[in-house]
Amino acid sequence: MEWLIAAMIAVMTSSGVFLVLRARTFPVVLGLTLLAYAVNVFLFAMGRLQIGTPPVIDKSALAYTDPLPQALVLTAIVIAFGMTAFLIVLALKSRSELGNDHVDGVHKSVDEREASRQQADMGEHP
Amino acid sequence: MSQFASFPVLLPLFSGILLLLLPQRSVALQRAVSLLLTVILLGMSVSAFQLVLNGDYHVILLGDWSAPFGIVMVLDSLSALMLVVTATLAVAALWYAIASNTDQQGKYFHVLFQLQLFGLNGAFMTGDLFNLFVFFEVLLLASYGLLLHGGGRLRTRAGLHYVVLNLIGSTLFLFAVGTLYGMLGTLNIADMAIAVQAVDAEDRGIVSAAALMLLLVFGIKAAIFPVYLWLPGAYTYTTAPVAALFAIMTKVGLYAMIRVHGTLFSEDAGMLAFIHHDWLLALGLLTLLLGAFGVLAARIFRQQVAYLVLASVATLMVAIGLTNETALSAGLYYLIHSTLIGAALFLLADVIRLARGHHADTFTKATPLAQPVLVGSVFMLLAVAVAGMPPLSGFFGKLMLLHAALAHHWYTAIATIILTSGLIMIVALVRTGSLFFYSVQSQPDKPAPALNKPAFAAIIGLLLVSPAMVLLAQPLTTLTTTIATQTGNHQAYINAVMRQPEKAAVMP
Repeated sequence: MEWLIAAMIAVMTSSGVFLVLRARTFPVVLGLTLLAYAVNVFLFAMGRLQIGTPPVIDKSALAYTDPLPQALVLTAIVIAFGMTAFLIVLALKSRSELGNDHVDGVHKSVDEREASRQQADMGEHP
Repeated sequence: MSQFASFPVLLPLFSGILLLLLPQRSVALQRAVSLLLTVILLGMSVSAFQLVLNGDYHVILLGDWSAPFGIVMVLDSLSALMLVVTATLAVAALWYAIASNTDQQGKYFHVLFQLQLFGLNGAFMTGDLFNLFVFFEVLLLASYGLLLHGGGRLRTRAGLHYVVLNLIGSTLFLFAVGTLYGMLGTLNIADMAIAVQAVDAEDRGIVSAAALMLLLVFGIKAAIFPVYLWLPGAYTYTTAPVAALFAIMTKVGLYAMIRVHGTLFSEDAGMLAFIHHDWLLALGLLTLLLGAFGVLAARIFRQQVAYLVLASVATLMVAIGLTNETALSAGLYYLIHSTLIGAALFLLADVIRLARGHHADTFTKATPLAQPVLVGSVFMLLAVAVAGMPPLSGFFGKLMLLHAALAHHWYTAIATIILTSGLIMIVALVRTGSLFFYSVQSQPDKPAPALNKPAFAAIIGLLLVSPAMVLLAQPLTTLTTTIATQTGNHQAYINAVMRQPEKAAVMP
């Protein structure tokens, strides 16, 4: 089971890093979400992998799993959730203010100038 | 009595909630309550500082759970110093925001401002690595709101970069915290320091990798070499009082390095001792050089100030990287100076920007200012202070730092880079000053707007700290030396948090 969890975290992290490096805001948001998923699973696994053992005191239990990572993950999930919501709103705001969804916010007028110059170029050299 | 120590954290949270409940439309009420509560916070921080001056540790066990199991807040002289600097800065920034009407450019400025202070003070007082993460998120979320306050195209773009970079930083923070927890089995900083001493030889690689990942995370907050690119954009395009308040934000990263890495990887950590120091020193020197070039290359005055702040952070990083208490003491002196002077420069940049009409603070010829003598003198004094020329406090900070570095085997490099970057900053600031105050259009297009006197008072107030720090240099240096000695005494910190009897310290 260890290799399965490890491979899952690896795939999610690498996909997340790939998406974060994209030039448009939406893939960046998705990438950050994937990174947050990966780190949550990673934190969860930090208490070592155990199956069928309770985290809190139980008279019939023979062994316990570490309850702390579960508490940490809960906090991390809540924070990541709030941050993602904020980021989506910010990405939409930048989309409407900058006129496009490029992370560097290439300004609309520049794009239009670019487009009109290309059209002019094509007009001169048909 | 010990409970009093938690008030500097709880008060801003209470203030934030109270300001949210008060009617948003009554501007005067919001301003009065916000300013009053911030002044009370300053008083509280000062009395908290007096409480720990004798070298005591005030450990607050939340819910009275004993140390490694529950959440602890620790007030010692280092965190108390940070509380006082933060509160002083907050009063000045808030005063300027009110006087210049910046707080009315958007909604909930005062609420976010108080929550920002809550996050900052919490980060300075926590004794637990995971709570440090939580308080980082609190202060970051408030800072996102403050950074975007007022809106605008460039501000939104800078804000997007800032938010995305910090979210990546948070993810890395969690990876590092998770790894350290998996290896050490605890997240209480004092308990971790004990566990680090007992790490197996085969686990050392993982622990040091996690520690350096944590250093990178704090480096993003503090803006060190490969990850500082968010700072100039974010600080340049936000509103002036927010940029002034953010002067303390980079210091949170530095504080976290002193607290976490200093305690965990101290001389007691065996093979893992001081794994971060050479990194800090080298990256600090590199950042200092690049910051100085940034000061020279900046195209608007606010950007120039942002790079000046970057250079001051880098100087502090060198002070931490030097690994001795004299250097840390010099660093703390420089920290007080650079935070308050950096903030004053951001506010001054705003005053100059507003006075120059459509030229704003670009380096071009413009109409003369309404009161060139007053503004020019303040600019000159601030420039002298920030570049580290005598007789103001920057000079003494750098002098003490260079003195502390004498014994280090990189001394030549340290002295060369600190002095050269100082020279570059002087050249750049001389050009800025002569352009703003001498090389003006002889026939103004229209009269310059009058100076906003109440807002300008905040700048004068912050500026006065610099001569005060020179006049009181002797007692202040004694104070920072005491703080540095207490910070260096990790065993006392561990004993205080873990409530171990004193004699356990001398046992092998």
